Amino acid sequence: MSTAPATTAVGKAAQFTESRVGASKMVKEFGRKIFPSHWSFMLGEVALYTFIILILTGTFLTFWFKPAMGELHYEGPYIPLKGVEMSEAYASTLAISFEIRGGLFIRQMHHWAALLFMAAVSIHALRIFFTGAFRRPREINWLIGIALIALGMGAGFTGYSLPDDLLSGNGLRIIDGLLKGIPLVGTYVSFFLFGGEFPGIDIVSRLYSLHIMIVPALLIAAIGVHLMFVVIHKHTQWPGAGHTEKNVVGEPVLPTFAAKGGGFFFMIFGLLALISGFFTINPVWNYGPYDPSPVSAGTQPDWYIGWMDGFLRIIPGWTEFYIFGWPISFNIFSALLIAALLFGAMAAWPFVEAWVTKDHREHHILDRPRNNPTRTAFGMAAVVWYAVMWAAASGDLMAVFFHMSLNDMIYIFRFLFFAGPIIAYIVTKRICLGLQRKDREIILHGYESGEIIRLPHGEYQERHKVHTDHEVWALSSFESPEYVPAEPDPDGKISKWERRRAAISKFFYEDRVAPVTKDELDAAHHDHGDHGVDAGSHSGGELPRGH
Amino acid sequence: MKLLAARRRHPMALVVLLLVGLLMTGGAYAVFTTNSTASAEEYTAQDVEEGEKLFVTNCATCHGMNAEGTENGPGLVGVGAAAVDFQVGTGRMPLQMSGPQAQVKTPQFSEEQISQMSAYVASLGPGPAVPEDEYLDASQGDPAAGGGLFRTNCAMCHNVVGSGGALTRGKYAPNLSEVSEKHLYEAMQTGPQNMPIFNDANLTPEQKRDVIAYVREVSEQPSAGGAKLGSLGPVAEGLFIWFFGLAAVIGITVWLSARSK
Repeated sequence: MSTAPATTAVGKAAQFTESRVGASKMVKEFGRKIFPSHWSFMLGEVALYTFIILILTGTFLTFWFKPAMGELHYEGPYIPLKGVEMSEAYASTLAISFEIRGGLFIRQMHHWAALLFMAAVSIHALRIFFTGAFRRPREINWLIGIALIALGMGAGFTGYSLPDDLLSGNGLRIIDGLLKGIPLVGTYVSFFLFGGEFPGIDIVSRLYSLHIMIVPALLIAAIGVHLMFVVIHKHTQWPGAGHTEKNVVGEPVLPTFAAKGGGFFFMIFGLLALISGFFTINPVWNYGPYDPSPVSAGTQPDWYIGWMDGFLRIIPGWTEFYIFGWPISFNIFSALLIAALLFGAMAAWPFVEAWVTKDHREHHILDRPRNNPTRTAFGMAAVVWYAVMWAAASGDLMAVFFHMSLNDMIYIFRFLFFAGPIIAYIVTKRICLGLQRKDREIILHGYESGEIIRLPHGEYQERHKVHTDHEVWALSSFESPEYVPAEPDPDGKISKWERRRAAISKFFYEDRVAPVTKDELDAAHHDHGDHGVDAGSHSGGELPRGH
Repeated sequence: MKLLAARRRHPMALVVLLLVGLLMTGGAYAVFTTNSTASAEEYTAQDVEEGEKLFVTNCATCHGMNAEGTENGPGLVGVGAAAVDFQVGTGRMPLQMSGPQAQVKTPQFSEEQISQMSAYVASLGPGPAVPEDEYLDASQGDPAAGGGLFRTNCAMCHNVVGSGGALTRGKYAPNLSEVSEKHLYEAMQTGPQNMPIFNDANLTPEQKRDVIAYVREVSEQPSAGGAKLGSLGPVAEGLFIWFFGLAAVIGITVWLSARSK
């Protein structure tokens, strides 16, 4: 640290701050942090930026929203509701939409940002999964990410329910049903949440506390830890020449990454502003005040809750039975079980995979999805399973648009609920293995250049080109887990669990395309050696088709 | 009174009582139904005659020569002029093809022909008439009151702003934004296809006018928040954010991480 006294005003201010805060060391350290550059690494950033936009717009909305359920007669400018009895919450939402300057724009921005936030969170999570970025040392951050998805759903749902319009009330009624469906304690849980029989007069203010304080506080805390871990663990990187498990190749935070990130934030902000300016979202005035008797056709939750709603739409009605005269109903409650299953499977995956592969090493180089066919296939099966439930939530709209029978839509979704993941698993795995074989082919024999040459004796051949060493490295330097047979423990016994692990390992890694070895590469290039393939050059050699 | 008291256990007392009761309900019913059949337009005998010719040529195959109904189509005695005006006026009848429900198409007959067929069917038995103009004037209705009625009675199938929705087995409740005031009224009055009947005891003509005023208001008002995305609710919004919003975001990420070559 410099000790010479500063002479300029800026220098003095800097010295004043530095001598009291001592932040220069931290800034220097953080500023030199390296982040690799790839589009798929920016999806988490989108989630962060939309979250910031949510906080900004949400704060604006709190200035005018009245989280109260006192009844009044609407006297605002919206004619089709003039004089209609409604709650203060709904009336203030209408006031934000029609009377507060810029209110509708900010409200729409808040809602669109929420949808984009959850979408960004989802594909960010998928990117992490399919590239194996959840492996040691990042398992805890994966779990925090899953908690963030659940918190995001909670934040979204509590917000969706605040305006106290017909749509949000219908949504709450389903939550009420879910809670009441919990065996034994359901009714009590529901009464506890609603302060008595649904809908009561407490729920909006309770949801408000959850929506603007408790859930966002948890989200901010979890996001903070999530980002801290990214700094501690360093960012993962794609395989490539010069990329090792011990380094990170990319751009430093200061100035490049920070500048890009700042610009990116404003692009997302601008995009959301454009969307909010031109496209309506949740026109609450259409729905009218909540009244427990009407339900509108096409009543759906926001997209990220849709999969649970879809599950409720396809589950048959006979999953209810009586034990000693007490009804146990899975008709509605099972949506919670499905959610627990999906979240549980996501949370368990890194540990299951480490157990099956016996691979407990640190991984900072990502897998290309094709290079771990079984994981990718399981991931796609889960995606399809989710998507089937998700689509089932809009089965009524699909039926109308495609002139189908609503009943048939339900049967189709029920079938796909079981068959979809299996088909997706098989298809994905085969595609991955095929792509791996293609990679081998390209590495060993070059790629088709599209150039046809005619040899002096009249034969036609297509020229095959080989990749540069950098490209070959990126294609071939991956780890390919192998089937690990059951191994005896120190006493020489093979435990029951070890046997199971071996069976799963076999299922996972029996089908395998091994990465190209150096010997294979040398041999392949030796075959074509006459034609001047220069394995050591960076320019990319050429070789005629040799066979 | 003494006379009545003395005879109240007479064997015929029950019969007399039943007769009186039936007469009263019947009479009251007649009063109410004639009320609702108050015709907006008077049909001449010639209208009925022309209508019958059109009926025999175009409708009798399914509805029977005397509109008594066949196994392919319901009887039309007592359905009233309103039902004919709605079904033929919206092009649903004559049926183009059989299916879960009759589809809207360009009407096959002129206003005059439709009116003649209505006259014929109305002549077969009392039924709801084509509504009078005063009940079709949306500007006289109260859209707020209509909105309440609409949410309670109609939104279940037609969606809160009448965007339509699915029913069972391929049937559906159509979008109402383009339906004329007269046809909206007639649909409520006659309950075509799967729709329940909202007669004048359910919804008075004034209330029907309020509902019409609400439908007109929500389908014609400019959208405050920008493009409506079909007024279909969260599904359309979710599709939009994934296929437009997120796609644009990914485009930006690819652009930002692209290297100049």
